[in-house]
Amino acid sequence: MADEKRLDEATGQHTTGHSYDGIEELNTPLPRWWLWTFYATIVWGLIYTIAYPAWPLINGATAGFLGYSTRGEVAKEIEAHEAANSDLVAQLVAADMSTLDASSDLHRYGVARGASVFRAQCSQCHGSGAAGAKGYPNLLDNNWLWGGTMEDIMYTVRHGIRNDQDDDARYSEMPAFGEILEAEEIEAVVAFIPTLAASEGGDADHPGAGVFADNCASCHGDAGKGDREQGAPNLADAIWLYGGDPETLTETVTYSRYGVMPAWGPRLREEDVRAVSVYVHSLGGGE
Amino acid sequence: MSDSSEPLYAAREPIFPKRVKGTFRTLKWWIMGVTLAIYYLTPWIRWDRGPNLPDQAVLVDMAGRRFYFFWIEIWPQEFYFVAGLLIMAGFGLFLFTSALGRVWCGYTCPQTVWTDLFILVERWIEGDRNARVRLWNEKWSARKARLRVTKWVVWFLIALATGGAWVFYFADAPTLARDIVTLQADPIAYSTILILTGTTFIFGGFMREQVCIYMCPWPRIQAAMMDPDTLTVAYRDWRGEPRGKHRKSAEAENLGDCIDCMACVNVCPMGIDIRKGQQMECITCALCIDACDDIMDKIGKPRGLIDYLALSDEGREREGNPPRPIWQHVFRVRTILYTVLWAAFGLAMLYALFIRADINMTVSPVRNPTFVVMADGSVRNTYEVRLQNKHGEDRVFRLTARGNPAYGLTVEGDLFANLNVPANETRLVRVYVTVPAGSDPAIAARTDMRLWVEDTENGDRAYKDTTFNGKEG
Repeated sequence: MADEKRLDEATGQHTTGHSYDGIEELNTPLPRWWLWTFYATIVWGLIYTIAYPAWPLINGATAGFLGYSTRGEVAKEIEAHEAANSDLVAQLVAADMSTLDASSDLHRYGVARGASVFRAQCSQCHGSGAAGAKGYPNLLDNNWLWGGTMEDIMYTVRHGIRNDQDDDARYSEMPAFGEILEAEEIEAVVAFIPTLAASEGGDADHPGAGVFADNCASCHGDAGKGDREQGAPNLADAIWLYGGDPETLTETVTYSRYGVMPAWGPRLREEDVRAVSVYVHSLGGGE
Repeated sequence: MSDSSEPLYAAREPIFPKRVKGTFRTLKWWIMGVTLAIYYLTPWIRWDRGPNLPDQAVLVDMAGRRFYFFWIEIWPQEFYFVAGLLIMAGFGLFLFTSALGRVWCGYTCPQTVWTDLFILVERWIEGDRNARVRLWNEKWSARKARLRVTKWVVWFLIALATGGAWVFYFADAPTLARDIVTLQADPIAYSTILILTGTTFIFGGFMREQVCIYMCPWPRIQAAMMDPDTLTVAYRDWRGEPRGKHRKSAEAENLGDCIDCMACVNVCPMGIDIRKGQQMECITCALCIDACDDIMDKIGKPRGLIDYLALSDEGREREGNPPRPIWQHVFRVRTILYTVLWAAFGLAMLYALFIRADINMTVSPVRNPTFVVMADGSVRNTYEVRLQNKHGEDRVFRLTARGNPAYGLTVEGDLFANLNVPANETRLVRVYVTVPAGSDPAIAARTDMRLWVEDTENGDRAYKDTTFNGKEG
């Protein structure tokens, strides 16, 4: 490999002295400002790694003298966001929820804020679309066990259901009729229940009608329409929390059900309790 | 060996373009005036759009996510218009490059226009080429410092106006101008002005041809669009060579038309000698044509020693035949194809612009869950409907669901299916469509549905097709 620099006659340019297989490289000088730009980027890069978190250490990395961190940026953004919404939050906390105007900005804010609370805290049981699941009520329909007004929903959210850590929690307990009734009686009442939806009070001549009147009507009502005071489900409508087929009904009557919801009052901020109530109320079933 | 030890880096060779007069120079002055006027004045054109909307003719409203262009208003989802314009700009550039070479570089590129302006200022303050060369070689003196500082100040003011004008495209110009002067504008406005002032000052004043040669990718790309029929600025060496100054010498008869006066080199803003042939540096500004024509007139030779030439004519011309007419070079398959493509995009966009509905509605069915059974057994579907009001005043829209007599429509939080959408805003609402238990749509897996929206004021209607999910779904 020759490394002699020479003047190339054809082009009038000098060679760099690099030659490979007899092919020589011409020297076309780069502009000097380009070189300085290159050095400047190196200097910039060094300063940058000192100014910002960069160099990895054994536990973590250098923090950089500007004190920048992505976590810090997020915290700042959240802070700015909360400051921007502080008026609305104060209004929400002070608002009379039963008369909240559905077309107001405050309502819109409650729905938006409540939606994110719901996704974080409620969707595990009630589903991300609030459609519920077996044993977990669907919040989209117009049927409520304990009431669907804004105040009712807020009370449920705050104290929970059958929650023994909160004395104010809504509470009721259906007996396990497997220990009280004979198997034939259970079979008869399970067969009777669907007739409640077909006609007011159900089929009075049905063999299960008597069993129902004696054992179930005290809570579920004579016509089986339930009682929100004690969270007794309406048995005459089209909605079933656990299922309306004979097999599931037999299981429910025999062993009873005991769905529990935690109290969110102690866990969430007041504005979040209110916001998530506004959100649930706005899903199409609010009363 | 010492004579061949060239350094790997070289300092910029200063260029002192000489003043020139002629057809192309005049054309360039006009283009400079028009392009600079468009740039500086456009933000100040007013355009009445009614209340609640900005009255600036051309405005990119980043915060409001709108682009206003005279009577056209572009919303973010209509960004394809901008993409289409960029495609048209691309094809336009291809067309002009394949027909006329680097005509963009030579006449309309901002780098060329502003460099031209900066050179003009330089000449006013420091004099023409010879004076500038002398000044360059002089030692620093009070006079040199005065001239230099004056020039830099004027350059800086131009750069400031340039950077300043840019931000007016993004906010109401009179308001922003007042805010800038009273130091109340957004820091982003100031930093944008500062950066663009800096780049204009440095690129126009000091880097000039370096930008074209070392920084701009376009010169490298356009070779792909040029062919032997492309008209470029070139030197008729078969006419000019052998060049020589000594017209009275004995061999003068053997000399070509080029008198080696260096006029073409002296006016070149890129500092090249066009007589060496096509070069990467040449931006085809055509100033050498003007310079040479002037000389040819003076020595009584025909013009066009340097001229717009097509490579495909070289053979003919060497044989003494005249070049083919320009239209034969310009109209060829390639340029016609570019024109057709360019026009096709333009027409498609015009069509899209005119069929644009004033009411814009998007409907997305909520699929989690697909349907809800209500207490009475009826089946309900939920739709998230987004309604845009592109008018300058509040509008009330009425929604109806068609396709099956069973459909009953309600709007969340609204007793009536009437929606008030504020001026120039989009509103998102949950819309419920409910059918009674046992009805056809309640039982079927899917039933077609058409959501109509009507502007209660002027009766404009629009619709979106969607489906209703029943229990079988």
